[in-house]
Amino acid sequence: MISSPLSPSGRPVKLACRNLWKIYGLPPQEAADVARTGDPAALQRERDGRKPLAAVAGASFDIHEAEIFVLMGLSGSGKSTLLRCLTRLIEPSGGSVTLDGENLLAVGRGRMTELRRKAMGMVFQNFGLLPHLNVLDNVAFPLRVQGIDRTAREARAREMTELVGLEGREAQFPSQLSGGQQQRVGIARSLAAEPEIWFLDEPFSALDPLIRRQMQDEFIRLQKILRKTIVFVTHDVQEAFRLADRIAIMRDGAIVQIGTPAEIALAPANGYIAEFLRDVPLLRVIRAVDVMRPVTGDGQAMPRFTTEDVLEDILPTLLGGAAAVSICDADGNRVGEISAAEMSGFFGSDRAIPA
Amino acid sequence: MKPGNALSSASALLKMAAMPALMLASLAAAKAVPPIAAFPANWTIPVPAGINAVLGWLVPAIQPVTSLIGKLAGALLSTLIGILQFLPWPVVALAVALIGFKAGGIRLAALVLAAVVYIVLAGFWMQSMATLSLVILAVPLSVSLGFLLGLGAFFLPRLRQGLELAFDFMQTFPAFAYLLPLLLLFGFGPIAGLVTTAIYAIPPMARCTLSGLVEVPRERLEVAEMSGCSTWQRLVWVELPSARPMLALGLNQTTMAALSMVITASIIGGFDDIGWVVLSGLRQADLGKSLLAGLVIVLISVIVDRITAGLFRSPATSGTRIGGLSWPAVLAVAGAALVLGAAARLAAPHLLQGWNETRGIVDFGLINEVLLGFVARYSDVLDAIKNAVLFYLVLPLRVGLAGAVLPITWGFSMTPAVAAAYAALALLFALRQMTKGRPSAAAAILCLAALLYTGLVAFPWPAAVALAVWAAWRAAGLRLALFTGLSLAFVLATGLWVPFVKSLYLVVVAVALCALAGGLLGVLAARSDRFSALLRPVNDALQTMPQFVFLIPALMFFKVGEFAGLIAIALYAVVPAIRYTETGLRNVSPTLLETARQLGCTPLQSTFLVQLPTARPALLLGLNQVIMAAITMLPIAATVGTAELGQQIYVALGKADAGLGVTAGLVFCLLAINLDRILRGVAGRLRSAQ
Repeated sequence: MISSPLSPSGRPVKLACRNLWKIYGLPPQEAADVARTGDPAALQRERDGRKPLAAVAGASFDIHEAEIFVLMGLSGSGKSTLLRCLTRLIEPSGGSVTLDGENLLAVGRGRMTELRRKAMGMVFQNFGLLPHLNVLDNVAFPLRVQGIDRTAREARAREMTELVGLEGREAQFPSQLSGGQQQRVGIARSLAAEPEIWFLDEPFSALDPLIRRQMQDEFIRLQKILRKTIVFVTHDVQEAFRLADRIAIMRDGAIVQIGTPAEIALAPANGYIAEFLRDVPLLRVIRAVDVMRPVTGDGQAMPRFTTEDVLEDILPTLLGGAAAVSICDADGNRVGEISAAEMSGFFGSDRAIPA
Repeated sequence: MKPGNALSSASALLKMAAMPALMLASLAAAKAVPPIAAFPANWTIPVPAGINAVLGWLVPAIQPVTSLIGKLAGALLSTLIGILQFLPWPVVALAVALIGFKAGGIRLAALVLAAVVYIVLAGFWMQSMATLSLVILAVPLSVSLGFLLGLGAFFLPRLRQGLELAFDFMQTFPAFAYLLPLLLLFGFGPIAGLVTTAIYAIPPMARCTLSGLVEVPRERLEVAEMSGCSTWQRLVWVELPSARPMLALGLNQTTMAALSMVITASIIGGFDDIGWVVLSGLRQADLGKSLLAGLVIVLISVIVDRITAGLFRSPATSGTRIGGLSWPAVLAVAGAALVLGAAARLAAPHLLQGWNETRGIVDFGLINEVLLGFVARYSDVLDAIKNAVLFYLVLPLRVGLAGAVLPITWGFSMTPAVAAAYAALALLFALRQMTKGRPSAAAAILCLAALLYTGLVAFPWPAAVALAVWAAWRAAGLRLALFTGLSLAFVLATGLWVPFVKSLYLVVVAVALCALAGGLLGVLAARSDRFSALLRPVNDALQTMPQFVFLIPALMFFKVGEFAGLIAIALYAVVPAIRYTETGLRNVSPTLLETARQLGCTPLQSTFLVQLPTARPALLLGLNQVIMAAITMLPIAATVGTAELGQQIYVALGKADAGLGVTAGLVFCLLAINLDRILRGVAGRLRSAQ
């Protein structure tokens, strides 16, 4: 499988996480030891009648610039805890988190505050709006914290409010807004200080399904404009596969598989993940570039598709009688080919590696 | 039966049987061993003398500072009184009505104007302004100190438990108990009253501040963190605004507490304010004057309550501003009116002075006649009620069924046959609980039956202590059991056991009366919206009335004596009973009620079989509040002739024995705090069982 030239994996690493642990129920020093050695036995012994819990167990991953990195898992999988460890809202027990090479877990309180003000933005599941401030003041809040004067911060806040489509509502209060509108305010606020990394903790989970879809569309539109480095937490498989550049699937605190949606769809690491995939419209996830046979030459009169076209678009042509299709890159050069015979093989075999 | 089961059921039996066994043993031993029947005097420690010694050293040490503060505060108070009494009353009415309009609309403004007219017509203007000055000084002091203490408790979690205990003491320590040292420290004048008011009024603000800050939603704090807030920014921009409703409640409650306490300033004398009018009226049996003056306090309380409640309505939730006026505009106009009034007074001094100092048009003598006539007409009914409660409730609790059941009162006497029948009845009830699988309830019934038989006063103190400690342990664990044990040991050591027990039974009877009457009214209010709406203003008025005012109807109908005290306490404490019953019943989930109806329950069955049991934790909390209210009313009721701890404090005041006063006050607090914690523990157990 060839990685598409548009994939983020080629870009520099923005946020790197190595062997991150968060253990509840152990004193900090002991927890740090467990984190360093990774000894599972230490977690089995009971203290005070309770077993220690590893909410995050040795997570490691790289997030590249302008990549949408999704942490996905069920409740209790540790994804929200992991997110909070990355921002140090929760202090990790061990491991390292580096932002542009700077180890966040080693910096002092002042530097962390500065980083939070200038480099990070976060969107919360239950919106987290301050009810006593109107929309404009809520959006301007991070700028006020930095000490920016009123005219400058209100101008910037208006820009952001307009960006999320709420112009005209600046003077309204959160209690007068719908859930979707409140989350837009939350999004505007998180972007007000032009953060380098954008954290979103289940931002659309508290909205009803129709609004959720609209917000996902909004999110995709914003990312096309802003090109932020994003860490996105969700429990919704379809949301993850729809939005992500790469997904990290979590279970019981550990990362079970990391990959692009297509990679996971084509080769789930175990039966647990294969179960998740049953709800995912794979034909919309898997692109031509993920399954094509690399080929050069001019391809005669075969129907042409691009590398980014999804199987859903290509399949009707193949089923309609074409023996094979050409896959071309963005410049129009032929780079691969998919044949109908391969496709039937693809659907026939079981893709999951037995658990 | 497995060995483990046998062991556990044996230990359960032991636990259950231990209490009644201990009790019976001490009852039997009481006859033979005098120290068990009555705590011997030579085992007591001279705590009052000790406290006097400490005070004798402490007071002169800090007096220079405190008397200076007292003089400054006194000067401030006099200035304030001077100003308020100087301004012509129409101008003050206008200013306050404007503030009332802004805070509560046209209705509140109308109430203000009506109140002012009433005060002037009754001839109480000058005294009302004196009271108002005291309130104006006391409230900001209490609010700011309370706020700072609440902040302190929030930032220093380790201190929280200690501070909460301190708050309990501040709210339950009877003011009269520590009045003497305060008088010595701050001088003989209203300032000592100001300090007692502040001490009593600080805890509500402190508690509400703490509660509001602690309850800020987790997510909002994360927002503050992720926006990069410093601790100060987070406090001022996120935590305090989020705590606003609780802060507003604290302001309101502290103000009410200050108002109810402000009369103590008058006990000292030498301060001509409304409280003094009420008290002197009571002392001279001029009940009409007391009543009308009491009404003034009620009106001031209600108005201040409504104004403070309306002050901090958040703009986001209230929407538009009332009347389209902003606060600065209102205050500016009010201020201008006052200045105009001052100028007018300077221009026409004699006329306006006469306006303020008018004797009013009310003839108190006439009112007294009417009241006394009313009482005389119904004296038979009133006597019957009084005797019924005394013979069937108060006396049995005090001297036990053994002493109270006499031919004249109950119609038969306590022969051995009757006693045996009583014991059999108690055993029957206990067995019934056993069959239901509740051994501790069975044990409790046996103990209470024995208690009722001997009466609280004659109940042997070892058994009483054991019973209390056991109850505390079952309710809230070892820690409370230890606290209760130590508290009771202290009470015994001070030699105040008998007054303590008498206070206890007075509280029990009052609470029983309240629970019955209040519970019934609450059930009715829960079932009928109209009745509830009718009851609400009555409840509001009763809750804002300062405690002394309740003595007036009690004295009016029942003359000086224990029963009057009982009635006063019951009147004061009945409102929580009504409120909590109604709220508890109304909060029962509608789904549950629908289910009950569907199963074929009549409304009565629904109330008693479904609603009341489900609402038990709320009812218990209400019971707790009733007990607290009853206890805080005790010292005041002592002024009309009860014979317990409150009376000890009063006597100490009269003898200028600060040590005795403080000791009795401490015992008092311990009674309140222990009862409160035990009940809360029971409520907690019930709630977690649900």
